[in-house]
Amino acid sequence: MSIKIEHLNYVYSPGTAYEKQALKDICLEIPHGEFVGIIGHTGSGKSTLIQHLNGLIRATSGELYYNGENIYSENYNMKALRSQVGLVFQYPEHQLFEVDVLSDVCFGPKNQGLSKEECEKRAREALKLVGLKEKYYQSSPFELSGGQKRRAAIAGVLAMQPKVLILDEPTAGLDPKGRDDILDQIAYLHKKSDLTVILVSHSMEDIAKYADRIIVMNHGKVMYNDTPKKVFAHYKELEEVGLAAPQVTYIMHELKEKGIDVNVAATTVEEAADSIMEVLGHD
Amino acid sequence: MIRDITIGQYYPAKSVLHKLDPRVKLAATVLYLISLFLFKSISGYIVTTIFLVTIIRLSKVPFKYIMRGMKPIMMLLLITLLFNLFLTRDGDVLFHAWIFTITEGGLRNAVLMAIRLVYLITGSSLMTFTTTPNELTDGIESLLKPLNKIHVPVHEIAMMMSIALRFIPILLEETDKIMKAQIARGADLESGNILQKAKSMIPILVPLFVSAFRRANDLAMAMEARCYRGGEGRTKMNPLKYARRDYTAYVIVVLYVAAVVIIGRCVPLRIWIF
Repeated sequence: MSIKIEHLNYVYSPGTAYEKQALKDICLEIPHGEFVGIIGHTGSGKSTLIQHLNGLIRATSGELYYNGENIYSENYNMKALRSQVGLVFQYPEHQLFEVDVLSDVCFGPKNQGLSKEECEKRAREALKLVGLKEKYYQSSPFELSGGQKRRAAIAGVLAMQPKVLILDEPTAGLDPKGRDDILDQIAYLHKKSDLTVILVSHSMEDIAKYADRIIVMNHGKVMYNDTPKKVFAHYKELEEVGLAAPQVTYIMHELKEKGIDVNVAATTVEEAADSIMEVLGHD
Repeated sequence: MIRDITIGQYYPAKSVLHKLDPRVKLAATVLYLISLFLFKSISGYIVTTIFLVTIIRLSKVPFKYIMRGMKPIMMLLLITLLFNLFLTRDGDVLFHAWIFTITEGGLRNAVLMAIRLVYLITGSSLMTFTTTPNELTDGIESLLKPLNKIHVPVHEIAMMMSIALRFIPILLEETDKIMKAQIARGADLESGNILQKAKSMIPILVPLFVSAFRRANDLAMAMEARCYRGGEGRTKMNPLKYARRDYTAYVIVVLYVAAVVIIGRCVPLRIWIF
């Protein structure tokens, strides 16, 4: 269950004045069960890259293998790929269309050809996972608040029970609690059901907290592809391309400069707190 | 797929045509469209072709790009062609089989009408390729200003047009995004009969309408927040002003129309049946 990308290029509107190379020679491997974070400034090619992973965009050149099979080969079953690789777009609440929340969440499973009972069962599970209260199941998705709509839309993809879940800024525009709720649920799913998660985010804190590995995109190229600690050690280079390290990393660097021998590689608040406590001689 | 629709889209380039005053381009387009119906002889077609090719060259819009905008009207073109071909009974019979009869006049009408239609669309889309929506509505507003005297809400009409034009690319992008999102959820948009296909559009159309209303609401709010209250007493950031090249362009267009009318009517060139 791995995704392998080889020398992938993508050009938007080739042969016109709007021609733009969005991805340049991308080589990546995402093994099964990993939690990968993708960061990069606006227009760096993140969204374009993830749309390749379930075949929504066809690469201009290069190959993409899912479980060892080339998805660009002639008889490849794209529909099967899309039911295994779930993609949650930015502002997914804009795709809601059904008369009530439950039917909307059922849309994905229904397209997978499941029975009505099975669809509903999965939809209820998914809605429970994203923390939407049962009293909303029968209401129109357009009556919900922004955060509730977001949950319903994410549930719409989760109900398809994908093996790989890709989320494009799932928490943009949510309040801190909504953000933590959703990401914690996804992390829980990742642990419990061995889900591969690919998270695109602008929040370095979120990425540092959840991801096993970070891919940094810059001008359509992979700039770094490493563990959070190693990537955020390059915080000066990250700043040059419009990104940053988590805030605690900066605090740790400043403390070190002031002569307190803390671990500057700390990327989450917990790690930082532990390291500071250690230096101060507490347990 | 959805990006292929190029009618009414601005194509950025640096050309004389792009720099022209929108009023000139509007007037020229109207004159050009009328001129297409002022001749019958093939000599008129030759003049028009030369004019059109020159203009396309001048505009620096790639020919391929213009042709792509032709695709959506291919069906209309085909129907017009077939109707003219089979329903006109005029002159010698060229071909006859079962209920189908092609006459000389039919073939002539069909071919010439198709060319006329293509020229009509090429010419008018060239205007939108070289004029930004804002310039276009400025031009329309300025040209229609005299109608204000008879209580035609010119400014409002122009504003509505500019908003409509501005929203075309936005809604196209939105459609593309929603389509992708639903395909990612396993929606099947291609297979099935017409009824199933129509039904499969619901997951796309509903969110699209919702988003169009949301955007309209946001825009109205933003306009109100900036104290928009109609055209009265409103000044422009870039008022339209004629330059020398604009007068030159007027002269060229008038000369072209004169040439088409005179040559198209007085030079009875005939090639085979045309």
